[in-house]
Amino acid sequence: MAFKLNVNGHTTSVDVPPDMPLLWVLRDVLNLKAAKFGCGMAQCGACTVHVAGVPVRSCVTPISSVGTKAVTTLEGLSPTGNHPLQQAWETVDVPQCGYCQAGQIMSAAALLAKTPKPTDKDIDTAMSGNLCRCGTYLRIREAIHKAADMGPNAAAKPAQTAGQD
Amino acid sequence: MKRKDTTVMDRRSFFKVSAIAGGGVMFTLPFASDLLAQGRGGAPPPPPNPNNFIKVALDGTVTIVAKNPETGQGVRNMLPMMIADELDVDWKNVKLEQADFDDTKYTAQSSGGSTATPNAWTPMRQAGAAGRAMFVTAAAQKWGVPEAELTTGGGKVNHASSKRTATYGELAAAVAKLPAPDLSRIKLKDASEYKIIGKKHSAYDIKQIVTGVPIFGVDVTLPNMLHACFEKCGVFGGKVKKANLDEIKKLPGVKHAFIVERPLVTDAVIPGEPGLENGIAIVAETWWHANSARKKLVVEWDEGPNANDSSVGYQAKAEALGKANPQRTLRNDGDADAALKSAAKVVEASYSYPFIAHAPLEPQNCTAMFNNGKLEMWGNSQQPGRGRKLVSDTLGVAESDISLHMVRAGGGFGRRLTNDYMVEAAWIAKQVPGIPVKLIWSREDDMRHDYYRPGGWQNLKAGIDASGKIVGWKNHFLSYGDGETFASSAAMGPTEFPQRFIPNYTLQSSVQRLGIRTGALRAPSSNAFAFVIQSFIDELAHAAGKDPAQFRLDLLASGAPLPAPPAAGGGRGGFAPPGLNAERMIGAMKLAMEKSGWGKKKYPAGTAQGIAFHFSHMGYFAEVAEVTVVGTKVKLNKVWVAGDIGSQIINPSGAENLVHGGVIDGMSELMMQEITVEKGKVVQGNYNTHGMVRMNQAPPVIETHFVKSTFSPTGLGEPSLPPILPAIANAIFTASGKRLRQLPLSKSGMSWA
Repeated sequence: MAFKLNVNGHTTSVDVPPDMPLLWVLRDVLNLKAAKFGCGMAQCGACTVHVAGVPVRSCVTPISSVGTKAVTTLEGLSPTGNHPLQQAWETVDVPQCGYCQAGQIMSAAALLAKTPKPTDKDIDTAMSGNLCRCGTYLRIREAIHKAADMGPNAAAKPAQTAGQD
Repeated sequence: MKRKDTTVMDRRSFFKVSAIAGGGVMFTLPFASDLLAQGRGGAPPPPPNPNNFIKVALDGTVTIVAKNPETGQGVRNMLPMMIADELDVDWKNVKLEQADFDDTKYTAQSSGGSTATPNAWTPMRQAGAAGRAMFVTAAAQKWGVPEAELTTGGGKVNHASSKRTATYGELAAAVAKLPAPDLSRIKLKDASEYKIIGKKHSAYDIKQIVTGVPIFGVDVTLPNMLHACFEKCGVFGGKVKKANLDEIKKLPGVKHAFIVERPLVTDAVIPGEPGLENGIAIVAETWWHANSARKKLVVEWDEGPNANDSSVGYQAKAEALGKANPQRTLRNDGDADAALKSAAKVVEASYSYPFIAHAPLEPQNCTAMFNNGKLEMWGNSQQPGRGRKLVSDTLGVAESDISLHMVRAGGGFGRRLTNDYMVEAAWIAKQVPGIPVKLIWSREDDMRHDYYRPGGWQNLKAGIDASGKIVGWKNHFLSYGDGETFASSAAMGPTEFPQRFIPNYTLQSSVQRLGIRTGALRAPSSNAFAFVIQSFIDELAHAAGKDPAQFRLDLLASGAPLPAPPAAGGGRGGFAPPGLNAERMIGAMKLAMEKSGWGKKKYPAGTAQGIAFHFSHMGYFAEVAEVTVVGTKVKLNKVWVAGDIGSQIINPSGAENLVHGGVIDGMSELMMQEITVEKGKVVQGNYNTHGMVRMNQAPPVIETHFVKSTFSPTGLGEPSLPPILPAIANAIFTASGKRLRQLPLSKSGMSWA
């Protein structure tokens, strides 16, 4: 079945079964690999993307339910990869294996969009659907606070080159 | 890429120089066994194969090859950091290149057992230092000045008195013509001179991770690639009798469907690596098409001899074994029975722990292409060499005809030490020559076809004298195995703590047969044993009326001297770790006590600290946990971790992160994880039934402190984990009076607040 989609600001068409989850359309059809497969049943959050600004678990979101609502993946979070959260993640050196982090950042971005200065409790509530098998939760909290402190305009500044120093 | 070697080999040093594409030099060095020097045991040193590469291009670009599999432990930064510091280049100018698996160039290309740091510490620094020495020599010859007058820094050689400077790039062509230096004359930096080692460095790949660049195994994409899933019998070892493959092949997107029968493997089955399982492979346009077709499978299985296994049965058997005479005595020091008879007080307790699954977040996967008799593979194994051998042995393709690209892994934790998914991908690819195939397991496949952390039981009895000193210790260790062979990772060594610290010590064991697979999971055996032994020691401290921390310090101070390292080949297939050095553990204990304010804080009822220590993987860790217990709800308020892993923390950022991970992973194991078996099949299939700590349960603060000792640096992937389980359990006891002896604590109705 053909579906017209709006992904990261681009309109595109796919011909896939209607029950195919958004995750697999993104990964195997549109070759957008940031969202990850972890559990297939909305337990781990590694597949989190935004649909109309709301974080959803794309592994249980049938493509037929998406329509032309705006889908945003980590690849489309910031055109230059320097969203405040991305900068903060680099500065804090959040990841270990890194596999869950696309989902973590997308959940955090949805949180900051609604709650620009979240408390620890806000963070715990918004982020508890995202598992990190490596246990980087303390650094995720720290990075979200750091990004909140930078403010929404911080994306205009060049990203720091953590990892290189 | 690389030009043919124009090698000048110095036989004394094994050091070699060769030209690389675009000019410049490339260094290789032998693997030097640093482990013997550390008293790690008598295992023979690995052969002196070159294991390291530095490339300096004429434009000054420094490329360092990262040779080990990266599973999140940070090895991809750490080993190159060692080289770069001694080479005296700026880290920000270093490019990393991930090595393929290649045992003609590298040794120890594996990730497991917290071994990368101790294995690499000397040879990696030597590689960098030898490289630096050659640039100095080249500059001295160019300028006609003594080498002693030259200094280096930031990828340049400087001659202060004549104010001359040359970049490594400018000197690279000259270096390529130099004979290699004698390694015995290469001086390594003093720790005070480090500019990269010991400084915080974010993961080299962090930009890729936070922007979603496809760098993981599961992301591998190739032209014309097909996608596969693999259905296996729920009972380990089961075979397909018949299946509706003709119908499956007609489903949308499906290209192929195969029944996989394990080929006869003659002499090459690798111990601990059962390899290819029987089952059904479905190959389709996308993974979703393959997996959707899989749901339509109708299979008649021959479940084989393991279909009667059950957790209830294991438990009943363990109870019977516990009442019978132990099958074996693993250690007998002094006379424990006599000591218990004359003891002032005897404490007896039974502890147990379940099977648990690794469940790394990235499900098992591998991509393979078979073409003209050769296999090309993309995988994220922790032991790629073993994987390649398994593929070769199973499929009859020579190892020299298998190329293996090492891709970033979304977690390992020991699951990727075995390579079953790799041989499955290779098997499927061989059926469809010329077409790359990516195999991805579902989460349920992963959880139900794991190599589980073995469960077990320990029946303990100890006696204390009138002064509160432990005088006798007996442990009947109940595990899995057959006769004198323990199942994989299901053994207890004869020197398990507190052996050597109690004069009368008896360790006995009994085993029962098992129809599911077991294997190493992060801090194998320690992840269960620390809970048992450090909880029981806590019981003894309370029985003796002593402060649990002081009781431990007294016990550590009472030990017999550390014996000489065991003979070659002893234990764990030649991996013979040294015994616990009591002074180092006392140092870690004292630091944990100091930082946590042990015994100095007044807490309200229901809140308390607990303490524990454990030695594993050459690391010494003491941890204090502060909990608040309300009913059955436990809140972990704060953790203080003190560790001694030697003289140098290579990357403090990565180190702290790994300690956080050890604590949080331990919290999951303590409270919520259990794999059970019914009718030979694993019951749990996903994170909803085999849970993990979530953000709202993680403590706000985990303080990490290191004792800087004089010992050579050792690894950190594992040793921070084991003590957290008993530290929390001991805190729960002090806070609530509940002594919980069965893992996970959820079986006693407890949960994280």
